[in-house]
Amino acid sequence: MTTLVETEGLMRILPETVPVTLVEDITLEIREKEFIAVTGPSGSGKSSLLYLLGLLDRPTRGTLKIGGRDAGPMDERERARTRLEMLGFVFQFHFLLPEFTVRENVEIPMRKLGRLKREEMRERAGELLGSLGLAEHLDKRPDQLSGGQRQRVAVARSLANDPPLILADEPTGSLDSKSSEQVFTILEKLVRDRGKTVVAVTHNLDMAERMDRRLHIVDGKIE
Amino acid sequence: MPLILDIAVTHIAGRGRQTLVAVIGVAVGVGFSIAMAALMQGGQDDFVRQLVDTMPHVDITDEQRTARRQPAEDMFDTVAISGLRPRDDRRGIINPTEATAWLESWIPGRYAPSLKTQGVIRYSSREVGATIIGVEPEREPGVSPIVEDFVQGSFAALAAGGNNVLVGDTMANRLGAGLGDTITAVSSQGQARNFKIAGLFHTGTTQRDESEAYILLKNAQIVSVRPNAINEIRIKLDDPNRAPAVARRAEAELGYKAVAWQEANESILEAFVIRNVIMYTVVGAIMLVAGFGIFNIISTITHEKARDIAIMKSLGFPEADMRRLFLLEGVAIGAGGSALGWVLGFAMVYALSLVRFEIAATGQEMTHLPIAWSVLHYVIATGFAVGSAAVAGYLPARRAAMQNPVDIIRGAT
Repeated sequence: MTTLVETEGLMRILPETVPVTLVEDITLEIREKEFIAVTGPSGSGKSSLLYLLGLLDRPTRGTLKIGGRDAGPMDERERARTRLEMLGFVFQFHFLLPEFTVRENVEIPMRKLGRLKREEMRERAGELLGSLGLAEHLDKRPDQLSGGQRQRVAVARSLANDPPLILADEPTGSLDSKSSEQVFTILEKLVRDRGKTVVAVTHNLDMAERMDRRLHIVDGKIE
Repeated sequence: MPLILDIAVTHIAGRGRQTLVAVIGVAVGVGFSIAMAALMQGGQDDFVRQLVDTMPHVDITDEQRTARRQPAEDMFDTVAISGLRPRDDRRGIINPTEATAWLESWIPGRYAPSLKTQGVIRYSSREVGATIIGVEPEREPGVSPIVEDFVQGSFAALAAGGNNVLVGDTMANRLGAGLGDTITAVSSQGQARNFKIAGLFHTGTTQRDESEAYILLKNAQIVSVRPNAINEIRIKLDDPNRAPAVARRAEAELGYKAVAWQEANESILEAFVIRNVIMYTVVGAIMLVAGFGIFNIISTITHEKARDIAIMKSLGFPEADMRRLFLLEGVAIGAGGSALGWVLGFAMVYALSLVRFEIAATGQEMTHLPIAWSVLHYVIATGFAVGSAAVAGYLPARRAAMQNPVDIIRGAT
């Protein structure tokens, strides 16, 4: 199996008056088609690690390679481009753009990438949303949907440009158990059926048990 | 529609009322500056037009700009005899026939020679100091608008008799004389001669109406005892803007002082420059205020959209896109405001052009506000508006683009 992400001695220290270490000396390897749980107590640095992996934040020290490319020397524009092509995010809160319809929200990353024609984007957005059971909600706005539905839209959007890696930050954290189960099943299917790699931060140990690999983080370090 | 533009439009359209207020702010600024520019430019043009119409464009008089050099100075460079009194010259333009013939050959316009002398007009026991102007009746209308200012009689009546005079209505009132009465003109040389009033004019310039008396050139030469002399050549050009060049050439050739109207009214024209500076300063100030409105709304949008900025950045939009997005929103408000401002400005200028009022003093002259219609006013106002909108949009846009998405995603709970 090919390696997708590789880190070595990854550190993130907040430069406050008393420096706060969020992530300390993390060396790991994420391969294709892995379903990885990141667990740990609150404030242990799970999310911080995820932001580093997602190129949203820069490490204070250490190296990070994504798709074989070293992310260290990349400028802001290249990092944005890499996020657009290689990464999909699902956050705890849905984070959809409120003025756009469900379909438009899914289309936005495709339009930014600009590889498909407009009709193809429309079609693809419809398919993605349909496959997540949202076929009849295409033209609704995010505030007309339930939490579980919104989170599924966010999953659809993360898949818009068909990235190999999906990063999920407590994707079920704010959902009831039924919706949680639904979203979890969808993520699982992404790995099993679509061959994606999913790294999900979660508090839910049952779910973590059902994933391929668990990274337990305590005080910024893998235990 | 390009994606960024689409998002910008959605943002702006999503906050209808606030956007409307900002757009109206810009529109009022643009509209008022257009109306103000039209009025000020109109007033200025009107003033200059009147100035150019009433004055000769180039006035050649029998004066020199500097005193004549002594013969000794011409012979020996450094010698000047002090206390030397220049010999009495025959005054007037020397060899007038040659001078006027030379002018005739090249000036793009018309000229009229005249002899101006100071004197007194007497009627029964009353006396009024007067400027007695000898003119050629066939040439004078070409350089002077006085022909149109007659309230009684006409300019043509001057040529109708050998001893006719045309005086201002104020002067006639002061003398107690009317059309057809015979007055006596006495020149500074002491010559007196009787003239019959053949016309009364009212130019509207009090000083002229109470002191000018027009007679035939040859009569003026007799009264002032200067046969064949003239002391002024007035030139009216087809294009008033060529006056300085014509004046320079005439002065160089004839040796007499030739004054273009621009030179004669330098202080007025300078005042216009200052007026324009003031006008554009005020326009700039209005736009600055409108700019603050835009700054405010874009700031608010970027503040409220902090989450959306974080989302878009996490999706893979670079900072440059975020900057462009909010800059575009500012410019869109500026452009929308300008378009509305054109309509407003045009309407105001049109309304102003309909205003009529009377000049109270005379009660007979109905006047319009002088209005200048110029595309340039619209262009300048729009330039100011879009420029300030761009600056007002750019500052918050830059700040928004630099936000770290992680801070917002973390704090979103």
